[in-house]
Amino acid sequence: MKIGFSSADEAFREEIASWLTRHLQGAFAALRFRGGPGDEHSFPAERKAWERELAAGGWVGVGWKPEDGGRGLSISQQVIFHEEYARAGGPGRMGHIGEGLVGPTLAAFGTLAQRQRLLPGIREGRQFWCQGYSEPGAGSDLANVQTRARLDARGEHWLISGQKVWTSLAHEADWCFVLARTEPGSVGHQGLSFLLVPMDQAGIRVQPIQQLTGTCEFNEVFFDQAVTSVDNLVGQPGDGWKIAMALLGFERGVSTLGQQMQFHNELEEVMRLAQANGAARDPLLRQRIAQAWSGLKVLRYNSLRMLSGPQDGSLCREAMIYKLAWSNWHVELGKLAMDVLGDAAEVLESAPYGLSRLQALFLFTRADTIYGGSNEIQRNVIAERALGMPREPKLR
Amino acid sequence: MEFAFTPEQLMIRDSAERFLAQASDSHAVRAAMGVADGYDAELCRRIGQELYWPALLVPETWGGMGLGFVELAVLMEQCGRFLLGSPLFATTCLGTPALLLADNPALQAHWLGAIASGQASATLACALDPAQVQLEAVAHAGGYTLSGTHAQVIDGAQADLLLVPARIPGTSGEQGISLFALPADTPGLLRSALPTLDQTRRLARLELHQVHLGEAQLLCTAGQAWPLLRDAMRIGAIGLAAEQFGGAQQSLDLTLAYINERRQFGRAIASFQAIKHRCADMMLQVECARSAVWYAACVARECLAEDGDRAVAGELLAAAATAKAHASEAFFHCAAESIQLHGGVGFTWEYDPHLYFKRARASEQLLGTPAWHRERLAAQLFGEQA
Repeated sequence: MKIGFSSADEAFREEIASWLTRHLQGAFAALRFRGGPGDEHSFPAERKAWERELAAGGWVGVGWKPEDGGRGLSISQQVIFHEEYARAGGPGRMGHIGEGLVGPTLAAFGTLAQRQRLLPGIREGRQFWCQGYSEPGAGSDLANVQTRARLDARGEHWLISGQKVWTSLAHEADWCFVLARTEPGSVGHQGLSFLLVPMDQAGIRVQPIQQLTGTCEFNEVFFDQAVTSVDNLVGQPGDGWKIAMALLGFERGVSTLGQQMQFHNELEEVMRLAQANGAARDPLLRQRIAQAWSGLKVLRYNSLRMLSGPQDGSLCREAMIYKLAWSNWHVELGKLAMDVLGDAAEVLESAPYGLSRLQALFLFTRADTIYGGSNEIQRNVIAERALGMPREPKLR
Repeated sequence: MEFAFTPEQLMIRDSAERFLAQASDSHAVRAAMGVADGYDAELCRRIGQELYWPALLVPETWGGMGLGFVELAVLMEQCGRFLLGSPLFATTCLGTPALLLADNPALQAHWLGAIASGQASATLACALDPAQVQLEAVAHAGGYTLSGTHAQVIDGAQADLLLVPARIPGTSGEQGISLFALPADTPGLLRSALPTLDQTRRLARLELHQVHLGEAQLLCTAGQAWPLLRDAMRIGAIGLAAEQFGGAQQSLDLTLAYINERRQFGRAIASFQAIKHRCADMMLQVECARSAVWYAACVARECLAEDGDRAVAGELLAAAATAKAHASEAFFHCAAESIQLHGGVGFTWEYDPHLYFKRARASEQLLGTPAWHRERLAAQLFGEQA
């Protein structure tokens, strides 16, 4: 166990920092510090262009293996990449679902042909992804997915019908990975498959949902005989649950570092504000600021543990608690931001509902403890899978 | 950067776990609680002279094993899990770091050699803020005369060596503090064991009546000892935090064992969601404390190593604050939950949760409470200190 950076690491830091300084210019300058949590609806076209700029510099898939077209950076250098990206105010990543979730999932479960066909679009910043998991009747009880997929008569295409919900950035995505029931009459974890579906087709309709922030980032997605070719099935029919769960494991991988760097920028803003308006002299707010600062460090150390552990999507102890840890931390930061703002928290930037960054943070963090497995589901998973406690008796 | 244990570190952990599970089981802990010194002398002899745990951090030149603070933290985690009553914590996490940071080769050779061979234990009289240094050291030809009291010293009545800070009269703040090495038999040194809420760790009050000490007993330049004392206490806080998260983990493990056995309403109470969620929250705190402690142990390693990375060592205040605050709160939370989830038997003397609960409360206070550490951290974050 050793921390700290080598001279080669520091040279790498110089390289990425100077690249970012040179490229976050011109049209991209306006994107600095934008598009993060609570602001993900902003500048979609410009941020996609930024993804292509990043890709051209070789900065997409920095943690991917070289055979998948990645840079295969060491953990230290991945840490440095994310640190410098945040320091430079790099915009929220439009490509994070593809890079952080689809890439590792295809690397683990996809065929060579699937990797060759689909990974370049992600790595080159050309294709963007969304996640088709939740449904109106399958939220916390995700295994209750009812979206159906069946092979057409010739066995060349899957035909998908059903409804997904809470699908972030579906309106900006080229592809959706869909958890669908391919075995008629199956229930629960059985009979589910993991399908990759192109978004641009008549059988898919995307309907935005207005959030309590007033903005629309996530959507309902309706599938009506939507089509995808048979070679877009990952794994075998019936492997869907296993792959879907492994993908959630990858969610706790290197992408957490980028997320933490966003958090870091938010906390810095709160601290600057506290110094400017005198809140930094309030003993109780000082305690909470120090707690937030050290709590964020702990999230980072948790990530370093995860990155030093197995990279196969399996969940170690530190990965099991990760979602609960960061969502609790972020919710508290949102509340702290408002308390530091004081009276100013009550007035919007503009009518009719123009939130400041910190107001948006406060409101948006209320989603953090719900999406991606609510805190209550996280606690069930920790209790049953990490602590080995008995499963909830099922009602028949 | 590699944030996982080496095979050697895992070996230290596993062998300590095996040893302590037997040598410091509930029966042994309770026996030690009833002994005047607070520990089993024979067990301490074995730890010092057969297992060489006190030698772990001491460089090979002084007869030690020359390992780093990460290895020590691995060991302290297990000591915390099994509530080991022993001068080991004070010796290895307070006395040894202070001696390693000192600038007095003759003194270091003598005492670090004695610690490494298991012949001597040591402790540090802690003063979290410079204003808490109450003892006075009056300089005169050939040495110093110390007078005054130090209210609470960890294992102060048992240690063979006491490292004691004293202030030059008329000085204030960080200036004018010296750190002295006092053998336990120093004339004029009176040590009174104090009855403690946590019976698994002992405290003593020191009284110094006209104690005469020579220049050779200074750990570093007279009047300039505050940075050494401060850093030794921060490193000690990291060692204590390692103990604390070990205790937190054990509180959770004891609870899980009990609630999986205990049946009500026709099922194990561990199957109730109200209980599962509380255990999940305990694990959350334990794992966060674990991460904080491991990182801080790496920082402490760089502070103490000859070839330490100075940039990493510069994180000591923040790392110690993060580790001590998280581990203190994790331990107290888990120990308190352990009593609650044990129900009625959790309130009895016979069952162990109260031993951890009392240790958690005492450890939270020692070497800085969470609030104290956070205030220091806030001051640093806002650039308020020199």
